[in-house]
Amino acid sequence: MAQNSIDVRYVAGLARLHLSEEECAEFQPQLDAILGHAESLLALDVSGIDATAHPVPVHDVLRQDIPHQSLPVESVLNNAPEQAQGQIRVPKVIADA
Amino acid sequence: MSLTSASITQLRQQLTRGEITAVDIVDALEAAIASRDPEVGAFLSRDLNRAREFAAQADLSLPLGGIPIALKDNINALGEPCSCGSRFLQGGYVAPYDATVTRKLRQAGAVIFGRTNMDEFAMGSSTENSALGLTRNPHDLSRVPGGSSGGSAAAVAAHTAIAALGSDTGGSIRQPASHCGVVGLKPSYGRVSRFGLVAFASSLDQIGPLTRSVDDAAAILQAIAGHDPADSTSLTAPVPDYLAEIDRGVAGMKLGLPREYFGDGIDPAVRAQVTAAAHRLEAAGAELVEISLPHTEHAVATYYILAPAEASSNLSRFDGVRYGVRHGGSGDLLDLYRDSREAGFGPEVKRRILLGTYVLSSGYYDAYYTRAQKVRTLIRQDFEKAFAGVDAILSPVAPGPARKIGENAGNPLQEYLSDIFTLSANLAGICAISVPVGTVPAENGSALPVGLQILGPHLGEATLLRVAKAAES
Repeated sequence: MAQNSIDVRYVAGLARLHLSEEECAEFQPQLDAILGHAESLLALDVSGIDATAHPVPVHDVLRQDIPHQSLPVESVLNNAPEQAQGQIRVPKVIADA
Repeated sequence: MSLTSASITQLRQQLTRGEITAVDIVDALEAAIASRDPEVGAFLSRDLNRAREFAAQADLSLPLGGIPIALKDNINALGEPCSCGSRFLQGGYVAPYDATVTRKLRQAGAVIFGRTNMDEFAMGSSTENSALGLTRNPHDLSRVPGGSSGGSAAAVAAHTAIAALGSDTGGSIRQPASHCGVVGLKPSYGRVSRFGLVAFASSLDQIGPLTRSVDDAAAILQAIAGHDPADSTSLTAPVPDYLAEIDRGVAGMKLGLPREYFGDGIDPAVRAQVTAAAHRLEAAGAELVEISLPHTEHAVATYYILAPAEASSNLSRFDGVRYGVRHGGSGDLLDLYRDSREAGFGPEVKRRILLGTYVLSSGYYDAYYTRAQKVRTLIRQDFEKAFAGVDAILSPVAPGPARKIGENAGNPLQEYLSDIFTLSANLAGICAISVPVGTVPAENGSALPVGLQILGPHLGEATLLRVAKAAES
C-alpha cells in the first residue's frame, strides 16, 4: 500500500462521474489525506486472518419459489425520467450500421 | 405534559382510555412543527392530511396503535417522497412500495408521519451534507444535530416527533441521539430487515429507533425486528419480548470499560459524564471491569475503506435511467450516466464513490479492500473475547459534544476521525445504544447533551435495553 497520489480523473472515469476541474483539485488532497490515514493498517500482521465480508455470515438463503404480486408497472414507470410505450427510454445504445 | 412531549407509553394509556384520539396527536404535532421546525429544520417533507387519515383509522388495540412515527428520508413509504437528502431524488421520486419496517410499523398500528433530514445518502456525521436543507441542534441552534440521522434526532429532541426511525451504518443513529439528548438504538446486524432502506453499505446498515425513552425504543424495536424473506441477511432467530425484563436492573452484571475509549482524544467534560454514568450503574449493583479492545485505533481506516467500497457499488444504480435526475440525454448512454451522476450527487457522496472505486480498482483491491476486511475480523474478535467476560460494554458515543455548524468544512478526514467510538459496532455487527446521561456547558451558556454508549453482543438487545434503562437519568 505504498502511498501513491490517487489519479482522481482516472478513478472518476471508472465511477462514471463527470467531475469538473475544480472538483478534481478539491478532492485530490482530501482523498490523499484519507488514504494516507488508511496506511496505518499496513502496520498490522493479517497473515492467516480470514476476511470478514459480512458480520453474520448466512449462506445460500433462498426464498420458496412461489409467484407473488409485482409492483404495478405504472408506479414504477412514473419514477423514470423518460418513458414511452410502457418502457423506460434511454439514448440509443447500438451505433448505426 | 403536552401531547408532543409525552412518551409512547403515556400516549398509549391516554389513547386506550379514550382521553385523546390519534388525530389529536397529529394536530398537536402540526402545531409544534409550525412553531419549532422553522428554526430547527428537522423535516424535509410531511403530509398532515394524510397522517390525519391514517390516524383516524388507527387500530388502538395494537401495540403502537395511534402513535405517529417519523421516518428518515431514506426509508420507503408508499406514495411518499424518499429523497435521501439528495438532489438526485428530490422532487422526482415517489416510493412505489413500503419498506418492511414501514409495513411492520403500520401493522403495529403506528401512523407514518413526516420525513426527516439526513446527510446525503446517509454519508456524514452532522446532517450538513444534506443537499436539501440545514438542520440545527434544538439544544443550541449554532450547532449541528449530528448525523446522518440528524433530522430524526432533532425532531424527537424538539418534540416535533414522538419517535422516529433512523439508519446506522457507522453511528448514524447513536451519534445524533447523543448530540440531541435522545435515545438511539442500532440493532444487531440482521435483526431488522433492510428491505426498502436505500442501501449505503449493505454489510453495515441497520435501521433503528430514536426516542425519548428506553421503553419507547424497546417498543419500536419489538415492532420492526424479525425475519423478512425480502432481506436474505435478516435472521430467523426468534424475537424476544424486549419489555419483559427491561426493569430488572443491572445487579450482578459485569460491565466492561474499554481503556481505548477513554484516552486522550476525548473531551474531559464528556469523559467525566460518561464515567459518572458508569459509576451510577456500579452503585446500582453492576461490577465495572476494565477491558481492552486493542484494534480500536484501526476502526476509522477499516471503515472508511469498506463503507465507501460498498457505497460505490450500491450507488451505481443512480444512473439517470430508472429514477431521479437525468442529464446529458442528447449524448450517448455513457454521457447520460456521467452527467446525471455529476449533477445529482453532492461532494461527500462523490468523495466516497471515488474512494470506494479506488480501493476496489485493479492493483489496489488486495492492498486496501482485502486487508481492511481482515482487520474487520480482528475488530470482531476483540468484541467476541470481551463479551466472554462481560455482559455489556460502556463507552462514550463521540469524543465531544455537538460541534458548531461549518467547523469541519473542507476537512473530511477530521470529520471521519470523530466517528471512532461508533464504527466498531457496525464492523462487528453487534448491537449498541446511546442513552442521554448529562450535559456539558458550552461557552455561550447552552447545555449540550452527552450520551452513554452501551454495546451488547450480537442479538443481545434484551440485555442492552436493560442496562440502558438502568442508565437512563
